[in-house]
This record gives sequence, C-alpha cells and structure tokens, in this order.
Amino acid sequence: MRRVLTTLLMTTIAMMLAIPAMAADTIKIGFNIPMTGDIPEVGEGSKNAAEMYLADINGAGGVEVGGKKYMLEFVYMDNESKAESAVTAALKLIEQEEVVAIIGPNSSKQAVPGGGTANDNRVPMISPWSTNPNTTLDRPWVFRAAFLDPFQGPVAANFAAKKYNAKTAAVLFDISNDYSVGLAEAFKAAWDAKGLGPVVAYESHGTKDQDFSAQLTTIIKANPDFIFVPDNYNQVALIIPQARDLGYKGPFMGGDAWGTPDLVKLCGEECYGQYFSTHYAAAGATGATKVFIDRYKAKYGAEPADYAALTWDSIGLLVEGIKNAGKVEKNPRKMRQAIRDGLAAIKSFDGITGSSKFDEQGDPIKCAVVVKVANDGSFQFEESVCPE
Amino acid sequence: MDFIFQNVLNALQWGSFYALIALGYTLVYGVLRLINFAHGDIFMVGAYISFFVAGFLLGPLAGLSPMMTFLLTVPLTMILTACVGVTLERIAYRPLRRKGAHRLYVVITALMCGLILEYSNLAVLGASRLKFPELVDKQIWNVGGVAITNLKVLVIVAAIAVFLFLQWVVTRTRVGMAMRAISYDKFAIPLMGIPMDNIIVITFILGSGFAGLAGLLFAMSYPVLEPFMGMLIGWKAFIAAVVGGIGDIKGAFVGGFLLGAIEVAVVTVFPSTYRDLFAFTILLLILWMKPTGLFGIPQSTKI
Repeated sequence: MRRVLTTLLMTTIAMMLAIPAMAADTIKIGFNIPMTGDIPEVGEGSKNAAEMYLADINGAGGVEVGGKKYMLEFVYMDNESKAESAVTAALKLIEQEEVVAIIGPNSSKQAVPGGGTANDNRVPMISPWSTNPNTTLDRPWVFRAAFLDPFQGPVAANFAAKKYNAKTAAVLFDISNDYSVGLAEAFKAAWDAKGLGPVVAYESHGTKDQDFSAQLTTIIKANPDFIFVPDNYNQVALIIPQARDLGYKGPFMGGDAWGTPDLVKLCGEECYGQYFSTHYAAAGATGATKVFIDRYKAKYGAEPADYAALTWDSIGLLVEGIKNAGKVEKNPRKMRQAIRDGLAAIKSFDGITGSSKFDEQGDPIKCAVVVKVANDGSFQFEESVCPE
Repeated sequence: MDFIFQNVLNALQWGSFYALIALGYTLVYGVLRLINFAHGDIFMVGAYISFFVAGFLLGPLAGLSPMMTFLLTVPLTMILTACVGVTLERIAYRPLRRKGAHRLYVVITALMCGLILEYSNLAVLGASRLKFPELVDKQIWNVGGVAITNLKVLVIVAAIAVFLFLQWVVTRTRVGMAMRAISYDKFAIPLMGIPMDNIIVITFILGSGFAGLAGLLFAMSYPVLEPFMGMLIGWKAFIAAVVGGIGDIKGAFVGGFLLGAIEVAVVTVFPSTYRDLFAFTILLLILWMKPTGLFGIPQSTKI
C-alpha cells in the first residue's frame, strides 16, 4: 500500500515538474475578448484572426527568440462584454493560466478596467480596438493597436462639417460606456473648437436601453444639421430607425464601433448612406492588407472587420515584443518583464491597418479612414485622414 | 407644445410594454400569490417565437405576404408562448404546490426558471443578435408636428384592448369568478367542485399568451433580439405591477403607464443617468404613502 502511495506521489511530483518544463517550449498568450454579451461579433472576429495567426506562426515552426524556436499557445477567455467580467477574465488569465501577455479587451468599456488589472499585476497587455486614452494612460504595461479618441473625434467633426456642410451638431451617446463617453467628449471639444456653430443637443442613454424616443425627441426639437452617434452597432441599429420614426430626415455620423457586418444585418436599409470613422477599409485594400482580407474571407466566408485586423496587428506587435525580449524565461514574471521591455522598445510598426509610430504612453500615431455604408450594405472607403 | 405631445406619445408606447407585461405578473399573483419572476423571460421567449414563426411564414415554405404573416403570427405566437407558460407551471410550480412548499421556494424556482430560459436560449442560438423582419409596412404620419407611426398606435391600442379584455374576464365571466374565488380561499374552492388546476392553467395561458403578444409587438418596435432582453423590462414591469397594487388588473395597467411616463419625463429633463434614480424614488414615495400600491387592498381579496 505504502509503495503504491509513494509511486503515486512520485508520479504527481514528476508531472508537476514536467509541466513547467514542457511549457518552456511554448509561449502562452491570453485573449480577453467578448464572446457573449452586447458585442459577441467583436469577440468572434478577434478569435478568427488569432486562430489564423496561430496556424501561420506555429505552422512555420514557431517564433524565433534568441536562436531557438518557440510555439505559441493562445488561451481565449470570454469577458461577456462587461467591465467587471473583463477584470475577472484578466485575473484568471494571469493567475490560473499564467499567461505571459494578454491581447484584449477590445472595447474601451472593458479595456479601461482590464488594463488596470494587467498593469497592477505587471502583465503586458495590448488592446486591439480600444480608443479611449485612459486605457494606456500612465500604465507602462498596457499598449494598444488603435488610434485614440482625441484624434478620432476631430476626424468625425471635420468630415461632417465638410460633407454635410453642417453648422450645428447633436450627440447621442452611451453614458455607461467609457468608449462612447470619451469619443462624445472628444467630438464635442473638436466641434466647439471649429467655431461653426454649437452642439445643440448632448443627450445620453444607458447600455441596456432599447427606447431612445425621449432623447431623440429632444435632439430633433433642437434641429441639428446632423447627429453624431458614437455607439456600438447594436444600439445604432435601434437609434437610426427610431429617429426616422420621429420624423428626423438628416444624416448621421458614427465612430469605429459601427464597423461590424452586424450593423447592416440589424439595421438594414435605414443605415445606408451614413458615414463613420474607422481604422481601415476592406474595400480597395492593397499589399499585406489585401492578402489578409482575402485569406480571412476564404477561411470564414466574411470580410474581416476592423477589430479582426487590429487583433492581427496586436499579435504582430506582441511577437515583435517577444523577439525584442531576446530570451524566453521559465518564470512567467521575468518573461512578462522581458516582453514589456521588448514592447516598449518598438518605435514604429507596419501592420495591415497601416503603419504607426508609438509615443511615450505606448499609443500609436496612425491614420484613420472614413467609411460610407453603401446602398448594397458594404462599407465603402471615402477618405483617409492622417495626423499632422 | 408638439414637443410635449410627442413625449406623451413616446411615454404611451413605452408604458404599453410595461403595462402588457405587468398584467401577466398581476394575473398570476392574484390567483396563486406567486410572483412569477420568469414572466419577463417568457416575454423574451415570446419575442423569439414570433421571430421564428414570422421567419417561417415569410420563408420559401409558406411564402406569405408580410401583412398575412403578421395576422397569422399574432395568434400563433400567443398560443406557442402560452404553451411555454403552461409547461413551466406544469413542471416547475405545480409539483411544488402539490408538495405544499412554502411560497418562498416557488418564487426562487420562478427566478431559476427565468435564468434557465435565458441561458438555454444563449446556448442554443448563441450570443449574436437577431434582426426581426418588418411585418407591417411602416407609415409615419405628421399630425401638427407630432410624428406618429402606425406601429405606435397598434402597440397602444393593443395594451388598452388586452387590459379591457382581462378586466372583462376577471370581473364578468365564470372563469374570472373562479379565479377570484381561488384568491379568496384556495382550500375551500376544491370542495365547491371548482377544478383548481384547470383554473390555474387558464391563468397561465392568459398571462403567457399576452406576454407573447407583448414580445411580438416589442420585436416589431425594437427589432433587435437578444437572450437577455426580457430581464430588465421584466423586473421593471414587476415593480410597476407592485406600485399599481399587485393582484389588481387596473393597478398593473396604470402602474405600467405611470412608470413609462416617469421614465420618459425624467430623460426629457435630466441626463439619462438620473432616469432610474428618479423613477424609483417616485415609486418608493408612492409605496411609502400607499404600501399596498395605488389600487391594492390590504386583505387577501385581490383580483
């Protein structure tokens, strides 16, 4: 009996020792993405892009760090599109899965709290899609692949002023979503700075709201030249038809959260002809971007949305950071530190969403595009806006 | 002035949904003294059922016109949703009632049933939202600066019609008399030869059927469906029913419209963050002055 127990114990100890030894040949990366909740489409697109990247890099034998090849391992964790779940998912990835870096969360609503968790636990994190400045602000461990709202707000304001010849604007935003609030504020500041006319209505709603008629009635009474709606696609699909029902005939303008195929599926013809600013336009892409789009289409049967492309770039950034680290440590803490230093050392990066330079906050400086929802439901490239 | 009328109309439409759902809460509570917390999720199931019924009727197999589809979807959705409600009563509430379980356990069961409905929907259909097809050709009328759609009128008329129908059933028919009788004394009623289980089933048919109707109308008005759409509106409708005086048909109707009106009024004047704060403070004050709700009566003589 005793011998059996001893053998069991020995085997257990041997296995416990063997797992880290085996793990040394793979680099474990966590994904904190919304597979369910308000924006499941975003999580799915991110995961699709990640799976494609993983197949590519592991098919080529892995990432070469310091002359040796290491396989990548991706762990996907659902954050249910909720701020509090993004923190739980991040902690789970850090403590249970012992990942050396995290990609995600996508939306600022989850990326701001999720980034705090990653920074406090000293784990490098890259948010692909978050545009709110607070995600990376004073957080040396947090990076991102997308441009920022203080840049996106003026892009939307300038475009609308020119395209619609607008003098007055109205804003309807989601007050419990960091992304929406940040972009609404950036837009308002940019519009006021232009001096064309005032923001005549600045109305808010909650995340779970389905009826916007009270806010829209106030907005329509103020008679704006256009309405800026920095909301998620699912809310946009309710807001635009309701505004039409209330007799509003003018145009809308949106932010990068509009850019999912589900926008047209849920909203239908009522969203045709509207414009939004985003990270890249699939139509008319060239070079590496086109290769990515074609491969993604062939594999998943749909055009990759911006968050899929940005996830691809985030993984690219992370791999660059790992290569910069120069060595793979067995201890996840040391490895995390090495990756962070490697990421911070990146000065510029050529991705499929354009090339970017990084400032001292770890934020990329890159171009935005304005896209039109065409009459066949596709997103058409309208113009590209680059920072001065 | 048209601004106020427009908001009155907005409030009437939004309140109609609260009223329709609150009627279901109050009906079941009036008869069984059971807070059927799954009711909001039966409403969600109703919306999904109407989605599939309408999708089938519009699809290549049936190929009906949108108007015809709408006319058939209404009764089919109500029947199928009523079946869901009756099934729930049969497998969850009746066994507990037979065993003489305390009301608390039945309420918790109801809460669990609601969560089961939500998450089984999530498991079966996934998290992706569904777009409800347009059944009624939308028309926007402009009456003196107030924009009215035919759909809004339909919703408000439906809520009033359902209220009048239920009021008639409860106060003027034999079934209604039996319902009120069960509410008075559920031990003496079987002795009088009234089939209690049948009456309870009828109660669930009425409550769930109209939740299905509410689901259909909601899906037509707000055509984005998701598994958790019934949770918040269900809770709020329950609160509306309590404020109106739970167990009283008139109370649920008035409570629903009251909550809708307060919500719209607060959002019109203040930022939307204050909506629930103000709405529930006002409702709390009403309950503080009238603890049994606007139309409630203290003894067990409800419905």
